[in-house]
Amino acid sequence: MRITLKIWRQASATAAGEFATYDLDEVSPDMSFLEMLDVLNEGLTAAGLDPVAFDSDCREGICGSCGLMIDGLAHGPERTTTCQLHMRSMKDGATITVEPWRGDSMTVIKDCVVDRSALDRIVQAGGYVSVNTGAAPDAHAVPVPKAKADRAFTAAACISCGACVAACPNASAMLFLGAKVTHLGELPQGQPERDARVVAMARQHDAEGFGGCTNIGECAAACPKEIPLDVISQLNKDLRHAMAKGL
Amino acid sequence: MKIVMALSGAFFVLYVLAHMYGNLKMFAGQEAFDSYAFHLRELGEPILPYEGALWLIRVALVGALFAHAGSAFYLWKRANEARRTRYAVKRAAAASLSSKTMRWGGVTLLLFLAFHLMQFTFHTFEVGGSFLGPYDRVYGAFQVWWVVAIYLAALGALGMHLKHGVWSAAQTLGLTSTPRAARHAKATAVATGVVVAGGFALPPLSILLGLI
Repeated sequence: MRITLKIWRQASATAAGEFATYDLDEVSPDMSFLEMLDVLNEGLTAAGLDPVAFDSDCREGICGSCGLMIDGLAHGPERTTTCQLHMRSMKDGATITVEPWRGDSMTVIKDCVVDRSALDRIVQAGGYVSVNTGAAPDAHAVPVPKAKADRAFTAAACISCGACVAACPNASAMLFLGAKVTHLGELPQGQPERDARVVAMARQHDAEGFGGCTNIGECAAACPKEIPLDVISQLNKDLRHAMAKGL
Repeated sequence: MKIVMALSGAFFVLYVLAHMYGNLKMFAGQEAFDSYAFHLRELGEPILPYEGALWLIRVALVGALFAHAGSAFYLWKRANEARRTRYAVKRAAAASLSSKTMRWGGVTLLLFLAFHLMQFTFHTFEVGGSFLGPYDRVYGAFQVWWVVAIYLAALGALGMHLKHGVWSAAQTLGLTSTPRAARHAKATAVATGVVVAGGFALPPLSILLGLI
């Protein structure tokens, strides 16, 4: 395959960035998108140029490190992570525009690497269950109804990649927030802190400067883990209940 | 903020449904329509003064309008500030046309509202002649094709606004936490949009086509 890449280059967080264009002549359709970038970077390094910086870790779609805006779609045209996207999903001879996630709460560190620590701070604000340390309890010591366990698991599939924020026209992180709130809120272990959690996390979300959700649904369509939009409704419901209690 | 938006929006939905019901009285003839308009002013008497209930509704509508538009502009501003560097290429994967046109569609509706009030409430201008009664005024105005065209365009915008708005309000109020509830909310939203836009469109179209 022949590919023309139009990719975002930015030397540092404070530098002004611009698109650079690279032609790749021998791309295998079986390469993942990141392997294609590896090939590009090997060429750049061999030529004594600075390779394109991008995030990646597990490369099997479970860690949430990678994430690129590919031709205007978060993680590209397939419903998966960028590392699990393959070049066969692209057209031979295509010009592909690659950008970092955009959002004032996820600023560019270098090239296509963005700072996603705002998402971590939302989790730190309440996305946890406080338990006493000690020996792990028996797995079935606390009964969990199947339907609730399933829903919690669906929400827990969130890998915090940030695609929902990247795809949202409002740059809102509410699918991420809704996933965390639903994940813990469906489980018995999450009940004692349920009200305080949703208030603290929503407050942190807004303080980080993320936009407000207007229920457009781009997030759920971009989510590689297929987190459904109803977690945002759950978030709103929990928030309404907590506010009614004066939190 | 969004709860304010959802609740004020729900109030508007109830109001437009009542307004539409009144408009459909055009089909019942001049007497029915004119007496309906007159009785609106007597609503609640003698507990309330003449036009008392009408003014209560008007004040509530203006209040809801400020709340609705205020929260909308606030969210718009926040969205702009949340992404000051725009994408060079951005494609929509799921967004419906109605969801993408909420903001500018809302502004369009606001402009239409001004036009509509100046025509039928304040009588700043009249189209198609000068009239004494509400039935004649409506009948005269909708003989003019471009007035009908403006109203149909505005109703299209209103229908789309309601389609996304009703669904969005249900989501914001946390009423769509199960897939089944979400399906029902979507169906209700589409039905509201179609019924309101269709119901309002009937009288002007019928007048223009000479059916009334």
